[in-house]
Amino acid sequence: MFRRTLVAAAGAAALVAGAGLAQAQIRIATVGPMTGQYAAFGAQMRAGAEQAVADINAAGGVLGQQLVLEIGDDACDPRQAVSVANQLAGRGVRFVAGHFCSGSSIPASKVYLEEGVLQISPASTNPKFTDEGGWNTFRVCGRDDQQGQVAGTFIARNFPGRKVAILHDNSAYGKGLADETKKALNAAGMQEALYLAYVAGERDYSAIVSRLQQAGIDVVYFGGYHTEAGLIVRQMRERGLRAVAIGGDALVTNEYWQITGAAGEGTLMTFSSDPRKRPAAAEVVAKFRAKNIDPEGYVLYTYAAIQIWADAVKKAGTTDPKKIAELLKAQGPWRSVLGEISFDGKGDVTVPDYVFYVWRDGGYAEM
Amino acid sequence: MDYALQQLVNGLTLGMIYGLIALGYTMVYGIIGMINFAHGDIFMVGAFTSLIGFLLLGMGGVTFVPLALILVLVLAMAFTSLYGFTVERLAYRPLRGSFRLAPLISAIGMSIFLQNFVQVTQDARVKPLEPVIRGGVVLATGGTIEVTLSYMQVAIILTTLVVLAVFTLIIARTPLGRAMRACEQDRRMAALLGIDTDRTISLTFVIGAALAAVAGMMYLLYYGVIDFFIGFVAGIKAFTAAVLGGIGSLPGAVLGALLIGLIETFWSAYFSVQYKDVAAFSILAIALIFLPSGILGRNEIEKV
Repeated sequence: MFRRTLVAAAGAAALVAGAGLAQAQIRIATVGPMTGQYAAFGAQMRAGAEQAVADINAAGGVLGQQLVLEIGDDACDPRQAVSVANQLAGRGVRFVAGHFCSGSSIPASKVYLEEGVLQISPASTNPKFTDEGGWNTFRVCGRDDQQGQVAGTFIARNFPGRKVAILHDNSAYGKGLADETKKALNAAGMQEALYLAYVAGERDYSAIVSRLQQAGIDVVYFGGYHTEAGLIVRQMRERGLRAVAIGGDALVTNEYWQITGAAGEGTLMTFSSDPRKRPAAAEVVAKFRAKNIDPEGYVLYTYAAIQIWADAVKKAGTTDPKKIAELLKAQGPWRSVLGEISFDGKGDVTVPDYVFYVWRDGGYAEM
Repeated sequence: MDYALQQLVNGLTLGMIYGLIALGYTMVYGIIGMINFAHGDIFMVGAFTSLIGFLLLGMGGVTFVPLALILVLVLAMAFTSLYGFTVERLAYRPLRGSFRLAPLISAIGMSIFLQNFVQVTQDARVKPLEPVIRGGVVLATGGTIEVTLSYMQVAIILTTLVVLAVFTLIIARTPLGRAMRACEQDRRMAALLGIDTDRTISLTFVIGAALAAVAGMMYLLYYGVIDFFIGFVAGIKAFTAAVLGGIGSLPGAVLGALLIGLIETFWSAYFSVQYKDVAAFSILAIALIFLPSGILGRNEIEKV
């Protein structure tokens, strides 16, 4: 009995405290895989979001109020993404910079739509996210049909007459990207020699590697995340298969090289031209470097999502998600660390730019 | 033909890895009739300890590979034995004599505890290790592909077979083995005849955990990448192998594991990779319909 009273008292105290804070603060959130096998990307998002909120608050916040950042963990699991989305909406969050995996962003966006929460994903590239999304879905990254187009034409142009294998992990992101690449490759007049799905989360890909060897594959395209792609590449090189490895934006993390070691040398991947090198980012990049954080991958994308939202709120003079969504689409270009960004009617960026990167000596650079 | 031979090598190695883990499951079950679901996670702890061991030796400048392997193995076995002992003492012994499902649930709890413990203390990211044992032999050339058998694969196959032989001998020929078999047949009678059953069961868990360390080190060396979650998938596959082979039988565990490894690999080699687990588990279900106690399991009548 005593314990129950105590809990009730604590709960009441928390409620009072929460109500007191809510008046002077605006709650926003970033959600990504903070745990699980893609936690490296969650860490990138967290770093970007924390810095963005700190910078905005240091400059006086928005509408005279300070921002409070909530960190959500969906572990790239669609079910967990939905429950986190409900939780955040229940806590009064009006804007989410997330999620990371397309497979999480898509189901979560339905919850946000019902609850009236604005969502800008820094990383979810599956076309369905904005194609099937409501007024509330935006992204500051490109789309897989654009990314696949770039990869497919690149393969057709640089490896004519070679045998190409397309592998994917059956996730919304992986299969989506693999299919778009296949479409572009076929449109360029080339047929893939092998199209295979693998099981994510396994360690032993020797059967697939032997299959690639048997088919005499020269080029392997991965629609999937770095953990599996890294392992397959490592096992390919151990077996002496020298095929060129090509992947998408999910390979943009130093963890890829940790897994492959020297075997990752020469791996190609598509990603936007390095945001760290853009003039608009120089000041923020310096801040990250001073904290000993490399703003790689999606760090700056998450930063930009929050930055653009804050700008729109200032312009609109309200945090009403629907009004901000209209403003984001109607006005622009918006200035951000990624440079100037405009959104089309669906919430996609108008000028995506995918280029090829190559892994060398533990780092990656534009080709 | 070369292709099939290469896939045979792949499947054998995978099966032997499962087998090494399955031996631990089947041994504990054989002695006290309990499924130790935490075994997969003890295996994961073994892999992490080995990784830390290799990194420490690397820093300490030990570059002679056989010495490093032995040192790391001893370290990992000592460490996981401690885990095995503690888990048995804390989670299983107090529940002995309570109803059958209690220790099973307790074991699942231990499994989740260990997983989260390692996730929190070592963080969730994958941990890589540079290859320690490199190279291999070419078995056949001239076909469409070169059939290779790496030294690491040889090491895994040999280790599993040696461990199987040693433990079969321990159980059949030593006083400890005799005590274990006595506990299995009738624990109360064994106690009446002067066997310290608690000590025997404790030792079984310690040995099982040491076995998990061997498996963990081999796994780390072969795949080179581990995380806190490896115990789950590998544990489920190994447990399945132990059931297929006839739980309680050591050779059965390795045989079952080989079958599962080969089915998975050959299914991936000739059919759809996505359906390999469906195939493996369908065959398991069919096998258990016709051989309810597994391939080498004894057909025991449960005494009421």
